Amino acid sequence: MAVFFQVVLDGLLNGMLYALITVGLSLIWGVMDVINFAHGEFLMVAMYVSYWLGFLMHADPLISWIASGAFVFLLSVIIYKLIISQLIGKPALSVLLATFGLSMLLKNICLNRFSPNFKLLSDTYLGGKVIPLGDIILPMPQFVIAIASLAVIMYIYRFITRTKMGWAIQATAMDRDAAELMGIDTARIFALVFGIGGACVGIAGGLLPMYMPVHPEVGSLFSLIAFVCVALGGFGSIVGSLLAALLVGLVEALVGFYVAPIFKYVAVFGIYLIVILIRPRGLFGW
Amino acid sequence: MNHAKKSRGLWYSVLLILALLPIIPGPLQGPFAQHVLVLILLFACMSQAWNILGGYCGQVSFGHSVFFGIGAYGAGMAVVTYGLTPWPGALAGALLAAIVAMAISYPCFRLKGHYFAIATFAIVEIFNRLFMVWYWVGGALGLDYPIIEEGWKNFMWFRTKTQYYYGAFGLFIIVFSFVRWMEGHKLGYYMRAVRDGQEAAESLGVNSTSVKLTAIAISAFLAALCGAFFVQYNLRVDPPMVMSLDMSMRFVLITILGGLGTLWGPLLGAAILIPLQEYTRAIWGGLGGGVDLIIFGILIILIVTRQPKGVMGFISWLANRSRAAKGGDE
Repeated sequence: MAVFFQVVLDGLLNGMLYALITVGLSLIWGVMDVINFAHGEFLMVAMYVSYWLGFLMHADPLISWIASGAFVFLLSVIIYKLIISQLIGKPALSVLLATFGLSMLLKNICLNRFSPNFKLLSDTYLGGKVIPLGDIILPMPQFVIAIASLAVIMYIYRFITRTKMGWAIQATAMDRDAAELMGIDTARIFALVFGIGGACVGIAGGLLPMYMPVHPEVGSLFSLIAFVCVALGGFGSIVGSLLAALLVGLVEALVGFYVAPIFKYVAVFGIYLIVILIRPRGLFGW
Repeated sequence: MNHAKKSRGLWYSVLLILALLPIIPGPLQGPFAQHVLVLILLFACMSQAWNILGGYCGQVSFGHSVFFGIGAYGAGMAVVTYGLTPWPGALAGALLAAIVAMAISYPCFRLKGHYFAIATFAIVEIFNRLFMVWYWVGGALGLDYPIIEEGWKNFMWFRTKTQYYYGAFGLFIIVFSFVRWMEGHKLGYYMRAVRDGQEAAESLGVNSTSVKLTAIAISAFLAALCGAFFVQYNLRVDPPMVMSLDMSMRFVLITILGGLGTLWGPLLGAAILIPLQEYTRAIWGGLGGGVDLIIFGILIILIVTRQPKGVMGFISWLANRSRAAKGGDE
């Protein structure tokens, strides 16, 4: 029984990580109607920032997540200005392909500069520490990421629903032309939303090197999982994508342990397909 | 009438040029140039197969590498597992791909926009991982071809690539003449009607579901034939080689670059992108990795932002401008 609880706990912790990665994508999708294929590569960039800060300056990921979050925020805003802004209002396929090109570009720049080797920070403050909870253990790095994820999601939720800027974002998501007529600078809103989406993966990527090695391909799978979580949770619903991410983490852990590791993503994508065929707008979509 | 005659002239002259290409002496001789030519024709066919569904019918699928892969495994299994010639395998693979395509897409066509695209991503991932552990089809190791007698019977040659080129040319004639026929046929009009306004088309009595299903069945059938050719050309197949998102993306990119929903778009796109990909890899591939793909990534971004209608869009813009310059004959 302890094993079962351990698997469930690991699944939920992983799900919280997915939630943090998904929430940025969900926001971008909901407000801008853009699928960012390079989302996972933003995560990879953030992991490299955190890794190099740790390797060269002995900064712990517990601190360098701030730097990597800020870095990816700026990177996203620049990419929005250079590429995405030209494609708003064009067919959805254009943005998808442009961001696919971007993901290829980022991945291979990192491959070229940093080699395809796996890199892991070995002397982090929390690395390898655990909290024993009776028969099961709670790994500290994962736990910290789960807390960070919850904090970021709550902060974004409050930001969207309580602040003036958040209302402007909601208005832009509902009807861009009407929002523009009300005096909202929608181009700035889009840049901000894309930046916030980037900052979310930036924070996740900043904390991840505590237990996950960095390599150029690390983001690819996270992109797909984030897509699945967003679509599963429902169009632009932050709470929906949080719950979908937890579900994905749980399914992945249970199938990976009780069936076979190779089937865990088959199960994740399979459940996604089944849900989406019954509820085409996702679990919590409207 | 004049237009039809002109298009027929263009069609036969392109066929003639393609038929003569490997014979013309000059820079196109030599194994590497011929390899690039074979790949251009193969990817032109594959992108055209995608174009039937994505361009003419407006259903953007990223799952075509699955059908490509089924065709590849059809031919591969026939040769490696059963010791047959690849022909029955290719045909069986193509029929199976059409059936699988219809079975998968029937429920998925209800999904709109991004949801459809993400569903097709998920399907590629599922197939990729299942084939990885399905030992009957070779699992993650894939299928390695035995060395057997070369010739058309086994569809393999070891000394030159000229026969492969003519094999690809045959495939090209099948795929492109089908699309050319379809453009002027009822089915082509129905497909474009569904793409441009599904509700309007339905209100005029077009059964949009059956049109889309026909489109994907044909598209998958042709894609699988291309896959069979691909495996015969490489003489091995494993899941990441054929059933990957990157492969699917390549078909989409070539079509977009050439011109979505046009007859010549896929050929033009392949004629630009494939040499670029092969030569950047040949020149920069040894620089510590990634340089070819960095350039490729930049190019994709530039194409999509600067020329979203592709080369065909550019050509028709030029044609319009020269017509206007001649002094507006309506």
